[in-house]
Amino acid sequence: MVTLVADLGWAGLRFVEELGRMARFTAGIGSATVRRPIRIGRFVDELFKLGVLSLIIICLCGTAVGAVLGLQGYNTLVRFGAADSLGAVVGLALIRELGPVLTALLVTGRAGSATTAEIGTMVVTEQLDGLRMMSVDPVHYVVTPKALAMIAVMPLLSALFILFGIFGGYLIGVRVMGLDPGIYLTSLQDAVDFPNDVAGSLLKAAVFGVLVGLIATYRGYTTAPTSAGVSAATTSTVVIASVSILLFDYVVTALWGV
Amino acid sequence: MTAADDAHLAFDGVRMAFGDRRVFDRLSFSFPAARISVILGGSGSGKSTALRLIGGLIQPSAGRIVVDGEDITRLSERQMYRVRAKLGMLFQGGALLDSMTVFENLAFPLRERTTLRRAEIADRVHETLTAVGLRDADALLPSQLSGGMIKRAALARAIVTRPLILLCDEPFSGLDPISARRIEALLVEINRRFHITVVVVSHDISSTMRMASKVLVLLPDGAVEGTPAELQASTDPRVASFLNPDLDAAALREVGHVEVQPGPAQGASAW
Repeated sequence: MVTLVADLGWAGLRFVEELGRMARFTAGIGSATVRRPIRIGRFVDELFKLGVLSLIIICLCGTAVGAVLGLQGYNTLVRFGAADSLGAVVGLALIRELGPVLTALLVTGRAGSATTAEIGTMVVTEQLDGLRMMSVDPVHYVVTPKALAMIAVMPLLSALFILFGIFGGYLIGVRVMGLDPGIYLTSLQDAVDFPNDVAGSLLKAAVFGVLVGLIATYRGYTTAPTSAGVSAATTSTVVIASVSILLFDYVVTALWGV
Repeated sequence: MTAADDAHLAFDGVRMAFGDRRVFDRLSFSFPAARISVILGGSGSGKSTALRLIGGLIQPSAGRIVVDGEDITRLSERQMYRVRAKLGMLFQGGALLDSMTVFENLAFPLRERTTLRRAEIADRVHETLTAVGLRDADALLPSQLSGGMIKRAALARAIVTRPLILLCDEPFSGLDPISARRIEALLVEINRRFHITVVVVSHDISSTMRMASKVLVLLPDGAVEGTPAELQASTDPRVASFLNPDLDAAALREVGHVEVQPGPAQGASAW
C-alpha cells in the first residue's frame, strides 16, 4: 500500500515536472517568435509542408464526411418530413464540430507525427546540438517556425474541410437524393450564424493548432536520442494530441458555446 | 584565483554524473593554446562528455570549466552563444543539416554569425572546401556523401568561421586507414596554418602519439595528463597497460573470453 502511494506520488511529481518543462518550452517559443531575425522563409517552408501537402487528404476526407452526413441526415430527416433542413444539419455539424475536430485529428496524423519525427531525427543525428554549437538557437530556427505554421494552417485547413464537406452533402442530398439545390443552400444560409458559428469554428481550429503544434514540437525536441526514441515520440504525439483535441473540444464548447 | 583562471582551456574539479552513473569525480586538467591536445580513454570513460562540457552542451554537477580564460559554468544558454562563437565542433556523426547541400551547410554559420556579403561567403566556403579536398562536392546533399567525405565536410563547417578552438569528437572512427590518416593530416594542417587550438577525442593511440602536444588519459579511477613522451615513459601501470594493450591469453580469460582448445576437425562428417 505504501509502495502504491509512493509510486503515485512519484508519478504525480513527474507529471508536474513535465508540465513545467513544457511551460518553459512554450515560453521559449513565445520569446523566439518576437526575436530577430524573423525567419519568414522558414515559416513559409513549413506552411507549405504542413498546409499545402495536407490539401489532398483534407479535401478528400471533407467530401467523404460531408457525403456520409448528407446520406445519414437525409435518411433520418425524411422520416420526420424535414428533409429540407439537410443543408442546416450538414452545415452546422461540420462548422461547429466535425470540421475543426476531424481536421485537427487528420493534421495530427499526417503533419504532427512528421514534425515530431523530423525534429526527433535532428536530435538523434546531433543536428540540434550542431546548431547550438554554431550559436543558433534550435527553438528559434527549427521549432518556432513549425509551431507557428501549425497554428496558422489549422483554421485554413478546417475551413477547407468544411467547404468540401458542404459540397459532399450537396452531392448526396441534391444529386443523389433529389433535394432542390436552392432549398439545400437556403437552409444552410439561414441556419449558420457568422460570428457565433464560423468565427467560433475558426477559433476552435486555432486552439487545436496551438495544441498540436506544441505537442508535436515538444515531443520531437525531447526525443530520447535513439531510433526507438523517435518511434516512441512520434506515437506519443499522435496519442497525446488526439486525446487533447477531444478534451479541449469539450472545454472550448462548454466555455464559449462554439 | 587558481591556475585554471589563466588557462586557455581547463577543467577544475569537475564532477559529472548522469543520474546515478558517475562519469568524472573532481577532474582537473588544462590544455595549451594553439596546440593539438588529445583526450584518450576506453569506451564509456567520458571522452565525448568532456567535449560536450567544453561546448556547454551539458552542465557539470560541480567544478569549473574555463574556455579562453572565462568560466563557462555560470553562463546562461544565451551567454554561451557568445563563447561558442569562439568554438568549432566536429561531431562524431558529422551533424550536417541534412536538408542543405554541403555548400549551404558551410555558408549557414557565416550567414548566421557574420556580416560577410554573399560573394565573400561563397569565396570563404569554396576556399575551405578546397582545403579539405571537397571542392567538387559543394552541390551534394549529406546523404550523397561517403563516411570520410561527411567527416571532411563537417570539419570544413567547423573551421569555416575560423574558431579559436576546434573540438573533434572521434574524427577517425568508422573510417578506413587512408581516410583516417587524411583527416589526421588535415587536423595538423589546420592547427599549423590557422593556429587553432585543436582538442581531439580519440581511442587511436598511434595517431595520438604522432600529432598531440598534450594527452589526457581518462581511466576508470581518475585521469592522467602529460606529453606523449611523458606518458610513454610513465611507470604508472594503468597508463602503461592502456598505451600498450597486451591482450594475451591470461588477459582475455580475465575479461571472460573462452579459450578455444585445439581438437579434432569438425566438418561435414560430424553431421
